[in-house]
Amino acid sequence: MHRYKFVLYRPLQLLPVLFGISVITFVLVRLIPGDPARVLLGTRATPTAIARIREQYGLDEPIWLQYFYFIENLGRGEMGKSILYKIDVLKLIATRIEPTLMLVLTSVVLSILIALPMSAIAARCQGRLPDHAVRIVSTMGIGFPPFWLALMLIIFFSVQLDLFPVSGYGETIPEKLWHLALPSLTIALSLSAVITRSLRAAMIHSLRSDVATAARARGMPEGIVFWRHVLPNSLVPTINLLAVNIGWLIGGSVVVESVFALPGMGQLLVRAIFSRDYMVVQGVAMVFACATVLVNFLADIITVTVDPRVKL
Amino acid sequence: MSAPAVRLPVSRGLSRWLGEHLSLLAGAGILAFFILLALAAPLVAPYDPVAQMADVRLQPPSLAHPFGTDNFGRDVLSRVIWGTRIDLQIAFIGVAFPFVIGTLLGTVAGFFGGIVDTVFMRVIDIILAFPFLVLMLSIIAILGPGLASFYIAMALVGWVSYARLVRAQILVLKNSDYAVAAVSLGFSRARIMFRHLLPNAIAGSLVFVMSDAVLVLLNGAAISYLGLGVQPPTAEWGIMVAEGQPFVTTAWWITLFPGLSIVFLAFAFSLLGDALGDLLGVHE
Repeated sequence: MHRYKFVLYRPLQLLPVLFGISVITFVLVRLIPGDPARVLLGTRATPTAIARIREQYGLDEPIWLQYFYFIENLGRGEMGKSILYKIDVLKLIATRIEPTLMLVLTSVVLSILIALPMSAIAARCQGRLPDHAVRIVSTMGIGFPPFWLALMLIIFFSVQLDLFPVSGYGETIPEKLWHLALPSLTIALSLSAVITRSLRAAMIHSLRSDVATAARARGMPEGIVFWRHVLPNSLVPTINLLAVNIGWLIGGSVVVESVFALPGMGQLLVRAIFSRDYMVVQGVAMVFACATVLVNFLADIITVTVDPRVKL
Repeated sequence: MSAPAVRLPVSRGLSRWLGEHLSLLAGAGILAFFILLALAAPLVAPYDPVAQMADVRLQPPSLAHPFGTDNFGRDVLSRVIWGTRIDLQIAFIGVAFPFVIGTLLGTVAGFFGGIVDTVFMRVIDIILAFPFLVLMLSIIAILGPGLASFYIAMALVGWVSYARLVRAQILVLKNSDYAVAAVSLGFSRARIMFRHLLPNAIAGSLVFVMSDAVLVLLNGAAISYLGLGVQPPTAEWGIMVAEGQPFVTTAWWITLFPGLSIVFLAFAFSLLGDALGDLLGVHE
């Protein structure tokens, strides 16, 4: 049990980071040139509305007191109203979390399904043709722009084969998954390139490890050595790689949601930037940052669980 | 009779050298091709990249227009060639600012240690908590769309990776014998940092420059695609893909060629990164 002690004290260590995230998101909106109240309400705001906002956020007070009000509002689950949607930003974001979460999860699952066989073939044929092919494909795959890859997939799967929808999101779970097919494939193709490069190296390392040699010496067939010893040992670095790349994954989802008009947080962010809905920009940035911190914390817990040697 | 005996090992050595440095040669070759294309754009491009020709709208690839034309009748090949200038600039400037700022800050933080180092590391942790593209977009939202905003946002956000890389190296190197010797000789701190430690600490950052160039190119093109970077009618690959999107089912050539250009330029940077990593003995 004592290996899991970090689960208790890590959140305390994360407090400075969470404090920093709140400062940056606070500063983001305050940096906009001009009167913040006018910026937040738009150009056609009435003087009474501006006065109300000035009072609500204490805009006439010193900046550190304004920050205190910002945190106090956050504690009550309020960040301020979206100009466009007229509801509180955090409530608005809550309605947009599900599509983004589903997109990220399906992309990760799909990319592992692509990367596992690719890296297994490459590692077991190291230095031969299949290995070279996998290395070239994965080196190239990293450079595929997601917005362009999405359109190419649309041409092939939607226009030529008429298999998947081009945009939108469904109501039921099968409908949602059907709409997520192309968006998650877009992200998965890039992500699997990243995973394959690391997984291939990890597998080559474990194929040569003492564990694998000992298993072979006991007469275990190569296939079983691979499934029972090589694969589990190679997966630990991959979990960490996924956690490190969560920021990149979120960035990809922002772009892909915009291409496929998926009603997630990324699409909300991009639309908010165009409509100068700064409170929404601030809120989405903060929620994404907290999600990144949370994912890294979860990855630590998973690593400790699957690998008993790791101590944090 | 002796001539072939002498020539054989030489040619074998050469082909072996070529084989071992294939990714270096291929990467440098593709990058050189794009740089030449960018420099020679006015000479090579068959048409004006922004000239609209109403009579040749949405033409498929032909001899007159090898990459076809877009919905304004602009020649896609010429726009791809001129776009090389902007996208190479995005990759170079987008990497240069963070590289210089991050290396300087990381060297200073690692060398002095103590409170300076702690403060820098905390700031880095906080910036890294934000997804890169999300923080970039938030800063561009405040500064307003455009390439200048993109470069400023890159400088504000991108330096953290370089600072972390070089700081970790400096922390190890500052206790090495030659550093201690330099201190005992009475050299100034600046001289020890930048003449003795930095040249030995920089290898990892130089390799990272190449993989970072891929990310910067993709992010720059993505931000232009979203409409927040390069503005029309400028020819840039990301915005060309966005402009071709409404016609993707009927006129695929408008989006295909600028996208492929991004893929090949990114591939060149990746290959150079792998090759540099092998040459300098650095692995992630």
